[in-house]
Amino acid sequence: MKILKLISSLSIGILILLVGILSYMGTIEETTMKTLMLIGTIIWFVTTPFWLKEDE
Amino acid sequence: MSQQVIEGDIEELAAGEFERTPVPASRLKGWKSFLGMYAGEHAAGTEFMIGPLFLAAGASLKDLILGLFIGNILALLTWRYIVAPIAVSKKLTLYYQLEKIAGKHLVKVYNVVNGVLFCFLAGAMITVSASAVGVPFGVSFSVPESIFGLSSTAFSIIVIIVGIIMTIVAAAGYNMVSKFANIAAPWMIVVFAACGISALAQMDVDSWKSLITEWDKGISVVQSINGKVDFGFWKIVIFAWLCNAAMHFGMSDLSIMRFAKDSRAGWGPAIGMFLGHYMAWICASFMLAAQIKLTGEISANPGALAWSVVGWTGIICVIIAGWTTANPTIYRAGLAFQSLFSSKSKAYSGVILAGVVATIAGIFPTLSSKLLDFVGLYGTILGPMGGVIFVNHYLAKKMGFTEDYADEKGSSFNVAVLLAWVIPVALGLYFIFAKGLFPAYAVIPCWIASSVLYVLIMKLQKS
Repeated sequence: MKILKLISSLSIGILILLVGILSYMGTIEETTMKTLMLIGTIIWFVTTPFWLKEDE
Repeated sequence: MSQQVIEGDIEELAAGEFERTPVPASRLKGWKSFLGMYAGEHAAGTEFMIGPLFLAAGASLKDLILGLFIGNILALLTWRYIVAPIAVSKKLTLYYQLEKIAGKHLVKVYNVVNGVLFCFLAGAMITVSASAVGVPFGVSFSVPESIFGLSSTAFSIIVIIVGIIMTIVAAAGYNMVSKFANIAAPWMIVVFAACGISALAQMDVDSWKSLITEWDKGISVVQSINGKVDFGFWKIVIFAWLCNAAMHFGMSDLSIMRFAKDSRAGWGPAIGMFLGHYMAWICASFMLAAQIKLTGEISANPGALAWSVVGWTGIICVIIAGWTTANPTIYRAGLAFQSLFSSKSKAYSGVILAGVVATIAGIFPTLSSKLLDFVGLYGTILGPMGGVIFVNHYLAKKMGFTEDYADEKGSSFNVAVLLAWVIPVALGLYFIFAKGLFPAYAVIPCWIASSVLYVLIMKLQKS
């Protein structure tokens, strides 16, 4: 479960937050940013239920 | 604000157990538990609606940043020093505490009023979700001049479909939605931040000065269309302080904080408040500023705003935020309405009624655009009952009147509470609707008036 927790955290930390910051800095295109954020979202909702259930 | 929605573990903690007995010592929790419990509570669907309304109302960015900070601190202090000490001392739910003072029949009246207000809040959230559902279909909504004006037929149909789905899910019970809300909460907070960052990029903001310039340009565009409006520093402070007045001044959070070991649990809403009612509101307001810069469009359509800055992630976020806020709200309103039905009627009758009322409210987009006013109205109507609880707790013995009157005297309807509640609220509503008073301004005067009136009536009654 630790690995899933890590993947979840990275999905929102990197694919959403960091990607947003990189887009702001002009490092990545807006369309790329939106695609990566959607991937981050999908990963979050696929992985989080498993470890959250375990935590509860 | 959200003010209004208690999700996940808070709900599980607060509902169902020890409803008519004080929480036993073995079930009490340390104050740090409350930081986590409240963390996701104030980042909800309402935030997408409220944030942009500050810009639309003409608030300056400096006032917004400082005013929200001070208002949130004041709200926190109210939880810590008004709600937590009573919750820790009594360890009872709001409803049972109120029943002991006001009597079970008057509590039913309070419940129904609460239910109706919940319906309007849920209606606004249905509008928010529908705004996002409409984006992929090219359906946007306009906000008509009249409160009960309709948007396009397509948007109204989407609202009805969303409302029906939400009502069916709520009627099936909120456990599933509550668990889903728990999963979504951290993601939602990060998406709020990403929306703000992306909006800054769209505005080409590279310094504080350029941000102020873009913000002021946005206000100029709004005011050139809507006319000059004023939403100054103190108005922001009061709004941020009192948008959750029903929860703190109104003592609704007694039901949560009764599980606290000590009064430090009153600091529990700190993280949630600053994530939802500070970061999320400011980020959401940046989305409108970016939209105005890019298109000149001033309509605060949450779905379109989120779509513009972060694409599909934004659409999903608005739908989930609206859904996870509306569902427990419809459910709670349904519980309040259930007392109107006979005991033979189906357990979900109240929820269906609440869902129908909320969906009808959701069809009128102007209601959701008046959310700044609505949450003040909510606090004005429900807050004063907290004043009665406050004086009952602190002043009954000192002033020589009966504490927990209905419980002590076996009364099912304490007229003193009714008068102390209705008279200030009626006056407050008169000033709001007839004199145009900003609703949040009425909360504290009504709370104080109810407190004083209850003491006076109880003293008179005794003499």
